[in-house]
Amino acid sequence: MDLILVNLIDGLVTGLLLFMLSAGLTLIFSMMGVLNFAHASFYMLGAYFAFQISIYLGFWVALLIAPPLVGLMGAGVERYGLRRVHQYGHVPELIFTFGLALLIEEVVKFFCGNDLQPYTQPEILNFTAFAIAGNSIPAYKVFMIFCSIGIFLVLLYVLTKTRVGMIIQAALSYPRTVEALGHNVPLIFMGVFGVGTALAGVAGVIAGPVLGTFPGMAFVLGSIVFVTIVIGGLGSLWGALVASLLIGWITTFAKTYNVGAADVLTAIGFEKPVDLSESALRDLWTLTSPQIADILPYLLMVLILVFRPYGLFGKRDA
Amino acid sequence: MINKTKLGLAAVLAAGISASAAFAENIKIAFIDPLSGPFAGTGVNGLHQFEFAAEKLINEAGGVLDGKMFEIVGFDNKISPKESLIQLQVAIDQGIRFIAQGNSSGVANALTDAINKHNRRNPDQRVLFLNYAAVDPALTNDKCNFWHFRFDANADIKMDALTDVIASNEDIKKVYIIGQDYSFGKAVAAAAVRNLEAKRPDIEVVGNELHPIGKVKDFTPYSRKIIASGADAVITGNWGADMVGLGRSVVESGYKGPIFTYYAAGSGITAAFGEAGKGAILLVGEGQVNPPVSDRAAEYYKAYKAKYPDGNIDQGRIANVIEMLAKAINEAGSADDVVAIANALEGMEHDALFGGKLKMRAVDHQIIQDVHISAHTDENVTFDYDNSGYGVVSESVVTMAAADSATTCQMKRP
Amino acid sequence: MTDGAQTNRSYGGLSVGAVLPWVIGAILLLILPMIFQERSALTIMNQMSITIIFALAYNMLLGQGGMLSFGHAVYMGLGGFFCMHILNWVEDGHIFLPLPFLPVLGGLFGLGFATIIGAFSTRNAGTVFAMISLGIGELVAACSVIVVAFFGGEEGISGDRTYATFMGVEFLKQIEVYYLTAFWLMLSAVLMYLFSRTPVGRMANAVRDNPERAEFLGYSARWVRFYSFCASGFFCGVAGALFAINFEILTEENLNATTSGTILLVTFLGGVGFFFGPIIGAVVFTLLQTVLSLSTELWTLYAGALFVLTVMFFPGGLSGLIMMHVIPLRFGKFNLLVMPYIKTLIPGILGVFGLSALVESLFHLRHSAVGDHEMTLFWTTFDSHTVLPWVVMIAVTGVGFYFARANWPEMRAAWDEANTAPTVGNVLSETKPAVDPDTVNPVAEMQGEEGKS
Repeated sequence: MDLILVNLIDGLVTGLLLFMLSAGLTLIFSMMGVLNFAHASFYMLGAYFAFQISIYLGFWVALLIAPPLVGLMGAGVERYGLRRVHQYGHVPELIFTFGLALLIEEVVKFFCGNDLQPYTQPEILNFTAFAIAGNSIPAYKVFMIFCSIGIFLVLLYVLTKTRVGMIIQAALSYPRTVEALGHNVPLIFMGVFGVGTALAGVAGVIAGPVLGTFPGMAFVLGSIVFVTIVIGGLGSLWGALVASLLIGWITTFAKTYNVGAADVLTAIGFEKPVDLSESALRDLWTLTSPQIADILPYLLMVLILVFRPYGLFGKRDA
Repeated sequence: MINKTKLGLAAVLAAGISASAAFAENIKIAFIDPLSGPFAGTGVNGLHQFEFAAEKLINEAGGVLDGKMFEIVGFDNKISPKESLIQLQVAIDQGIRFIAQGNSSGVANALTDAINKHNRRNPDQRVLFLNYAAVDPALTNDKCNFWHFRFDANADIKMDALTDVIASNEDIKKVYIIGQDYSFGKAVAAAAVRNLEAKRPDIEVVGNELHPIGKVKDFTPYSRKIIASGADAVITGNWGADMVGLGRSVVESGYKGPIFTYYAAGSGITAAFGEAGKGAILLVGEGQVNPPVSDRAAEYYKAYKAKYPDGNIDQGRIANVIEMLAKAINEAGSADDVVAIANALEGMEHDALFGGKLKMRAVDHQIIQDVHISAHTDENVTFDYDNSGYGVVSESVVTMAAADSATTCQMKRP
Repeated sequence: MTDGAQTNRSYGGLSVGAVLPWVIGAILLLILPMIFQERSALTIMNQMSITIIFALAYNMLLGQGGMLSFGHAVYMGLGGFFCMHILNWVEDGHIFLPLPFLPVLGGLFGLGFATIIGAFSTRNAGTVFAMISLGIGELVAACSVIVVAFFGGEEGISGDRTYATFMGVEFLKQIEVYYLTAFWLMLSAVLMYLFSRTPVGRMANAVRDNPERAEFLGYSARWVRFYSFCASGFFCGVAGALFAINFEILTEENLNATTSGTILLVTFLGGVGFFFGPIIGAVVFTLLQTVLSLSTELWTLYAGALFVLTVMFFPGGLSGLIMMHVIPLRFGKFNLLVMPYIKTLIPGILGVFGLSALVESLFHLRHSAVGDHEMTLFWTTFDSHTVLPWVVMIAVTGVGFYFARANWPEMRAAWDEANTAPTVGNVLSETKPAVDPDTVNPVAEMQGEEGKS
């Protein structure tokens, strides 16, 4: 029972982290209709900037400076790259971000090398917040939870209650009309792209010490972010939240509880072969849930797309 | 030999492929490992260690065969088996007869298979495969061949040594085994279970599981399970980011016992563990860095650090590869007759730079050497890793580990 | 597709203009191994041929059908894995199959798997299709390390192609394998070209540009996508079989996301708008990957930069860049461009070389060993820790780009001039055959179609 509670907390941490990434991505998608493949690269940039800044000025300053820096770079990419490619259509746009992801990784490697960076959490949060049945929950994880929830609330408030949010929402659906009303739609696009990438930057600053800061970190997380927003429904902030938490909990529980394929198969009436070494299906029989935990989201995505192409909360066709 | 002096269009390709044909005097060793991509860090560091060993141990001492120098030629295989095979062809076309590779058993398998075929199909251009780090036991068992020599202790040998240490520790009653879901992870798990059963039947294996390789973002759920199982020791063959992720998360989640590892040092991993790994991380491997075994070893290490301040000698066996190859070439009296060189390597005995004796077992071309269990610590560290103040200090040693272990190798000699 | 409106186009008919490129290609394939005789060169050319087939098959979806796939390595990989198993069965004497026919089976396996996946993934185009392909790609790649019985785990599965002689050829030598690969390259390319000229191939273009309109014409967009997808799967399988024959090993890398991503880059780099685009992309990329990587560790940086710049400035890819010059050629005004090109591009190339020299030196300065100051670039050896080489490099870069920039307006003007028809009257009739029908307005294409349906 205790373990369930611990797992719920762990899953929440994973899910909220995923949400910080997917929130920015889904915002960008709903605004510009472009799936930003380089989104996780901005997450990586956040971690690398934060590490470099934290060497000189400490973690907290890094948390303040790195995300705006990443956001600025994001805005620059939109202004000088994406806007140019936009005229050619969506596929070149997508491919542009795909190439950008590649390029960012190479540039990071050029300057910082290939090794893992010794980016660690601040000393002040380096203690055990509380323990449940011998399982300690580090204070840093509690900090991560509060950070992400805070960001979600701010985002929700800005989007639904402020004038800027209203304009953004309007520009989502009727960009021409908004432009005719005298708003600078390209500027809004640039701003949204900047804010979205800055959010990814925050995720990088916070997750870097926990998940490791290395050149492959964007690649590891890259496609799962897409999976999240596709499951949640493209363009839906709530969908991104629900899908992130869903993925966080599914993977956590699948890793913790060893459900073997053999148990499932025998339960539904199949008979286990006596000599497994000869059977062509031997790998199926020995399969356990931790082995496949991290690919379950992909399976979920394919199933959702086949049966409900607009995702859980999406209003329009993806 | 193919005539390389074609002009015209051929020059375009040839410019890249046979750029260094001018140094025909040198004995060239092709280093085929990742020099770009996610594993470039390990590959580049290995290349530096090879270059340094060739320069320091052989060339500065006057070379082999009355003055022929060693030259290491790096080939980037992007850790892809396909690219490795292409680069192997390029290396052979450049007249290179010695292939060194180590990162990824998958690549090593592809290479040993391709080299075996190549040597059978082209008897006049045979090459030797000097495997310095790929530890899949199959390479010196079912898949062994005459051209492959392994200078690292294979996964089974390391596990044999590691379980000796576990067996002698009466406090360990429960062991948890976790690894990456691929051939090496599975080999480690199988060897651990087999050895523990034989040496300490009272030890309970409370967990034995695999996780997807390079895909896990958060190891906390695994750590929770490890703690819930009440394990006194954890054994893992993880490497790279998977190693750091697992180790850190296990320690942070409140686990207090030792974590026995294969690859938890160097390439930024030591720095990433830092204080958290102290008293928890134990490594199994060959070559003793701390305390230095001899003045010669200490001097060698210092010279390396002077040349590569950001690098580490985390693969002491690379010096063994170079020294033993030089010895074999001298014994064979030729740098081209790879059969004679291979015969000289078979059964060769040698004193390793980083301590202990080496013996290249003739029956399966697996080297037999001392295996150390070292601890990750910041005390008594003469040479640290990653300039972090932390390093590995040898705690116990198994001399000539698994010297008489069985092999299924049926070597076909030319 | 027999209506008169289109017979004046070059497809289908055996005019000299239509056959000539193929003849040149075949001759080139025949004589290349006589120029490049090294085994490594042959291996690289084989790798190119395989990538070309794969990229052409990929472009059947991306360029001709407008479907973006992020998991296309699966079809080539699975075809290859099946072929490797068959190769081993044949070697053990269970069945008999001459090696040159293996690609047929590989293709059929690719086709079979594409049929299964295509049955549900081609229902929608656009993002849904792309994301399903991403998911399937990840799932199959994950399976490849879990299901060891079939995929052989991390080591993959290997075999031996030299099991039997076929018409006196044992496939022991690289050159024999080269001609086998070249034959299949030629055959697949011709078949894929012909496919793009069939009604289904034409409708794929229509569905790409305006699925609704195609539906109104009575064509099911879904089935058209499905047929393209299956055909693409077939040729991916052929490429997979050739991979099995060439490298005699298949591993997890043949299925993973990196391979899928690479083929997208290759195809787009070459250009999706023209049939021959992916061929250029495959040749250039293989050279980058295999030959440039011998010279510099930074090759991925250059490849990435090249790719991003291509997307930004030449969305038509390298083939689009080449085909831009057809109009000036038709107008007989190409000579107008020669001088401005020389004046702009030579400084530009110089500037690029200078820049890459700067990048390399910076890399050397940061990452080289202490005391190792010497480096060699462009056949010049210098000390990267002294000022002079830096001054030279910065000067070369600066001067190069300055002159390129200064001459840019002139080139621009010449370009505009060269693209203006000499006399207004014959513009239309002159330009029409110059441009590949794949890229221009498929709606006009469909108007011919309307009469039929």
